[in-house]
Amino acid sequence: MKFGIVVFPGSNCDHDCYHAIKHVFKKDAGYIWHKDTSLKGYDCVILPGGFSYGDYLRTGAIASSSPVMNEVVGFAKKGGLVLGICNGFQILTEAGLLPGALMRNRGLKFICKHVPVRVDNNSTPFTAKYGKNEVVDIPIAHADGNYFADAETTKRLEGSGRIAFRYSTAAGAVTDEANPNGALLNIAGIVSEGGNVLGMMPHPERASEPELGSVGGRGVFESIISALS
Amino acid sequence: MKAKVYVTLKKGVLDPQGKAVMGALKTMSFDEVRDVRIGKFMEIEIDGASIEKEEARLREMCERLLANTVIENYRIEIE
Repeated sequence: MKFGIVVFPGSNCDHDCYHAIKHVFKKDAGYIWHKDTSLKGYDCVILPGGFSYGDYLRTGAIASSSPVMNEVVGFAKKGGLVLGICNGFQILTEAGLLPGALMRNRGLKFICKHVPVRVDNNSTPFTAKYGKNEVVDIPIAHADGNYFADAETTKRLEGSGRIAFRYSTAAGAVTDEANPNGALLNIAGIVSEGGNVLGMMPHPERASEPELGSVGGRGVFESIISALS
Repeated sequence: MKAKVYVTLKKGVLDPQGKAVMGALKTMSFDEVRDVRIGKFMEIEIDGASIEKEEARLREMCERLLANTVIENYRIEIE
């Protein structure tokens, strides 16, 4: 199995993802330049975190029209696994692969810290290795992570189990105090209707080794590897 | 031809930047300020002879890139 990590101008978590997959999980990984027009040979595509195109216009907006995104949309439509982390999540919403939008944090500040995240749906290819409602420690690092969607969309997401991760207390209570950025329903990550596209603001690649302070993100990669095996 | 595009947040979408600016204005004793909403203004120069055709093209630009219609509205003016 091979993971492809898309590199946009301004991506800065591409190497972190590569490191996690290649050196921590010992799987094959390669970089995909944003101007590439083929995803041949890849089993899972990752849109990494960063500041693609300097966050100009809106976060993820310009990257969503990169040549490679046509391929990513086609790959996702055929059921391929696509994981968007942080800026990658923003790009997925701008590209229309996931509903809603990620707006400026309600406190206006860039937030970089470890937060408890609850696994609301553990029956996706990205979360199957977690327990239902398990609370894991994964860091966030963003200024625009305030998830927004209209009432009908959020109702649909909630009703069909498409909210994969929510910000919660360490005990698993979804409260406003546990919400770092103002995201609707404390949404930290959602999956597509088919379940094969996940967008999440927390960074699992930064929480896959004890040396980095947490291994709460390992489940995401272990789940994908299991789904592809 | 020159076009002006205004992109504004939809009603009901929280605007923390607008709120912060309003707070600052109040601190400066502009007590009459009731609300501030921050948007974007773009000037676009385009080649084209037909206003109708270019307006349709600009609308497409707004729908596909310039605005995110999940959270934003847009308005186009052509000079």
